[in-house]
Amino acid sequence: MEVIRSQKRTVSNDVVSTPTLPLYLTAPHMEVRLEEFELFAIDRLRVLKGVSDGLARARNPNEMDDLVETLWKEHMRLSNVSEMINKDIISHFVLRLVYCRSDELKKWFLSMETALFRHRFRLKKIEEQRAIVGEFGLPYKAVIGAELESLKERLGLVARSHGQISSDVENIYYKVPFEEVPDLVASRRVLLQKGFAFVAGTQLVSLVVTQFRSHLSKALILTNRKWTTTIREREKDRLTPIVEALSTSYLGPDYSQSNEYADISLKDIDQVSKSSFPLCMRHLFEKLREDHHLKHGGRMQLGLFLKLDDALAFWREEFTKKVGSERFDKEYAYAIRHNYGKEGKRTDYTPYACSKIITSAPGAGDHHGCPYRHFSEDNLKAALSRMGLSSRGMEDVMDKVRNRHYQLACTLTFEAVYGTSCDTGINHPNQYFEESQKILKSKTPAAPV
Amino acid sequence: MTREETETSGEDMMIDDPKPKIENDFNVHYLRIYYGNLFPYTDIHKWLSYGHGTCLFTCLSFFLSHSLKSFKNASLMEAAIKSNFPYKIDIGAVYSVDPDKRHAYAQSGTNLFTPVERELVFDIDITDYDDVRYCCSGADVCSKCWPLMTVAIKVIDTSLREDFGFKHILWVFSGRRGVHCWVCDAKARRLTNEQRSAVAEYFRVYKGNENNAKKVDLMGHSLHPFLARSYVDFLKSFFEGELQATQSIFSSKEKYEKILGMITDEDIQADLRGKWENSARSSLSEEATSLLRWEQLKKALQSKRNKALSLRTCVEEIVFTFTYPRIDLEVSKQMNHLLKAPFCVHPKTGRVCVPIDPNNCDEFDPLAVPTLSQLIEEINSGGLKMDVDDDDSDSSLLGKSIKFFRSSFLEPLLKSCKEEIESSYKTKIAKTKDSFSW
Repeated sequence: MEVIRSQKRTVSNDVVSTPTLPLYLTAPHMEVRLEEFELFAIDRLRVLKGVSDGLARARNPNEMDDLVETLWKEHMRLSNVSEMINKDIISHFVLRLVYCRSDELKKWFLSMETALFRHRFRLKKIEEQRAIVGEFGLPYKAVIGAELESLKERLGLVARSHGQISSDVENIYYKVPFEEVPDLVASRRVLLQKGFAFVAGTQLVSLVVTQFRSHLSKALILTNRKWTTTIREREKDRLTPIVEALSTSYLGPDYSQSNEYADISLKDIDQVSKSSFPLCMRHLFEKLREDHHLKHGGRMQLGLFLKLDDALAFWREEFTKKVGSERFDKEYAYAIRHNYGKEGKRTDYTPYACSKIITSAPGAGDHHGCPYRHFSEDNLKAALSRMGLSSRGMEDVMDKVRNRHYQLACTLTFEAVYGTSCDTGINHPNQYFEESQKILKSKTPAAPV
Repeated sequence: MTREETETSGEDMMIDDPKPKIENDFNVHYLRIYYGNLFPYTDIHKWLSYGHGTCLFTCLSFFLSHSLKSFKNASLMEAAIKSNFPYKIDIGAVYSVDPDKRHAYAQSGTNLFTPVERELVFDIDITDYDDVRYCCSGADVCSKCWPLMTVAIKVIDTSLREDFGFKHILWVFSGRRGVHCWVCDAKARRLTNEQRSAVAEYFRVYKGNENNAKKVDLMGHSLHPFLARSYVDFLKSFFEGELQATQSIFSSKEKYEKILGMITDEDIQADLRGKWENSARSSLSEEATSLLRWEQLKKALQSKRNKALSLRTCVEEIVFTFTYPRIDLEVSKQMNHLLKAPFCVHPKTGRVCVPIDPNNCDEFDPLAVPTLSQLIEEINSGGLKMDVDDDDSDSSLLGKSIKFFRSSFLEPLLKSCKEEIESSYKTKIAKTKDSFSW
C-alpha cells in the first residue's frame, strides 16, 4: 500500500474481483491519499468501538448482526461498491499498524475484527458464504453419499440435542479436524469421530472465523516486526504520528465550548454536584469541599470539567480556606487561569474524556481517575449507594466493573439514577453531565414568565 | 525444545497443592532409597523426549526449591533428582527457550518465554463428587466410591479414542484420591489453550454450585451421541447396579430429597415423597429399597414424559448427576498448568503414582497400591534384583507397573514419534527440492 499526496488514486484491479467481504489476507496494491489514511481508519475505529460496546453489553448474536449492519452503513458506506471495498481494506490495514504495537492493543483489535467479521459473514447469503470459505483455500471435503448415510442418524441426534424437533439433517456437511472449530466442539454442536468434526453448512461461520482469527493473529506479529524495524522510523514525520494518535483517540465531541446545558453557576454548584455529576467528578468535588485542596491531577480533571462562569472565584473560595489568599494568588491562581486559557499559551484545554481518565493513575493523596476502576469494591459500593443505587442496580454495575467495563458501569449507573436508558454509552464526564441536565430540566416545569 | 522440571515460581506456573505435609509412610530416608533405586529415570526421560533424545526445554518442578529446571539427558535428570529428593515432581510444558534462561528474555513487551507443546491432561479428583457419595468425604476414598473413578476413566478414555482419535493415552493414579490422564499424541501436545478449553468443555456436563438443586441440565430433544453412548455403555448400568449397592441413594429421607429436588414437576415430587415416607419402615435391605424407589421414580416420570420437555431427560439427568465424570477444567485448559509426574510418591499417603490400565480399570484398587514403606521393606527383605529389565520383575511390587508403562504406553508412543520424525524429514527434503523451480 502506498501513501501519496496526489489527488488521483489508482484502484487495483484485484479489488473488483474480490467478494464484498474481504479476508485481508495480503496487503493490497493501491495508492492511498494521506487524508484517507487517517479518515478511513477513524471511521473503521468507530465501527470497532461500536462492536466493542455491543459485546460488553452482552448482545445476543442476532442483535450483534443488526448492530454491525447499522454501524457499517453509518460509517463505512460510500457511493459506489468498489470505493467501499477500498475503504474497507485500507482502513483495516491502517488499523493493523496502529494496533500491532503491544499485546494489549493486539488482543483488542483481534477480538473486535473477528467479531466484526463473524457478524458480517452471518449477514451474507449461503452461496456467498461458501464462496468465502473457498477464498480461504480450506481443504475440507464435503461429506456426501454413503459416508453421509452412515452418519445420518447421529447427525440427527446432534441437531435434536440443540432444540431441533425433527431428525432431519442438512444436505451438506464438511469433514474438518476438530481443532478448527473449537467453539462448536465446546458446545457439542457437532458430531465427532476419530478427530474429525462434521460441520453443517449453516455452521460454516465457526470454521471461517477460526481461520480469520488465526490468520490475523499471525499477521499482527509480522506487522509489528515491520513497524518496529522499518516503518516507524521511516515514517516519523508523516504516518507515525497519525498511527500513534489513533489508538488513544476519543471519537466524540470535545465539550470545550459551553452550551445551554453546560453552564453552572457558583451558587448552584453544590446541589448540581449531587444531582448531575458523574461519580468521578462528584468524588473530586466532595474531596475539594472536605479538604479545601486538590492535588494537580485532581485540579486538572475537575477543573477542565467545570465550565464555570467564574472558575477562579470557585477555586479561590475553597483553597483560601486552607492555604490563605496570599498563597493562593502566588501559587495556584496562575495555574488555574492557565487551564482556562487566560494565560500563557491561551489554549482552552479540552476536558478529559473517560478514556483518558481511566488510564490515569492516582497516587497517594490523589482523588482523580475513574472510581469504577480505581476504587476498591467496598468503597465503590458505598459511593454508589450514596448516589442512590439499589442493591440490584449495584450488582449489575459491579458485574461490569469486575469485567473491566468501566464506562459501561458508569452508563448503568446513569441509567439507574435517572431511570432512563443511554444507548450511546457514557464516554465523557461532560456528556454525563449534559444528558443529566437535559433530563432534569425536562422534568421540572418551566418557570412562569 | 526444553521441558522443565519445575520448581514452582508463582506467576507463570499453576500448581496444585504446593506444600504437602510429611506424614505416615513418607519420610526422607525412604525417599532417598526410592529415588536411589526404584524411580524409572530412563523411561520417564524417554517419554518426555518424544524420540528426540533430549527433553531440554521441558518444565519439571521439584517441590523444594523454587527454580525451573530442564535436563539435557536422563543421567542429568537422575543426578538432579537424587541430589534434591523432592517431595514431589511436577511436569509442565515444553518451552520456546531454556527455562533457566527465561528472565533474560523478559525484556520486550512481548513474552518470548512461551509454552510450545504440552500433553493434553485431565485431573479427576473424588472430592469433586462429595455431594453424591455417602461413604466418604474429603480426602478419604474407599472401595465403595472408587468405582466413580473407574467409570470416569471408561467414559473419558472411550471418548478420547473414538471421538477425538487420540491413541497415546496414559492414565495414572494420583496417589490418593483421583486419577490423571496424559494424552501424548503429537496433535494433542500442539493444541492451543483455546482448543484444550474446547475439549474440556465438550466433556463438561455438571455445572454445580450450592445455589442450584439441579446441577445437570440436559436440554434438547435428545442427547448428543457422545453423551448417549456414555449413558448406554457405562453410566446406566453403573447407576442401576454398583452405585445402588454401594451408595443406596434413595434409602434415607435426606438422600432422596436431594433427588426429588431434581424433578421439576411438583406433583410427581409430592407423589413419590408420599409413597416413600410411608414405606420407611419396610423390611427390605437398603439396596433393595433404593432399587425399588428408582423403578417407581422412572415409572412416574414415564407417565408424564410427553407433558413437559424438562421431564423427558430427567432420568438421564439424575443418572448423570451421580455418575458422569467431573474433570477439573482449569487443569486442562492451560498449557502452563503443572501436573504430578507418574511414579513419584504421594507425600500424604506414601503411595506411588502408578499407571492404570483403562482396559482393566475395574481391577484397580487404590488401597492396594504399593507404598513407600512396602517397597523399602521389599528391598530389605533381600535379594530382589532391582534391574527392572529382568523377567522376574513381574514379581516385584513396582516392576509390574513399570512393565505396563513400557509396553502399553511408551513403546507404541516412541514408535509413532519415530515415524513422525521420519516423515517430516522426508517432507522437508521434498520441499527443498521443489523450491528450486520457479
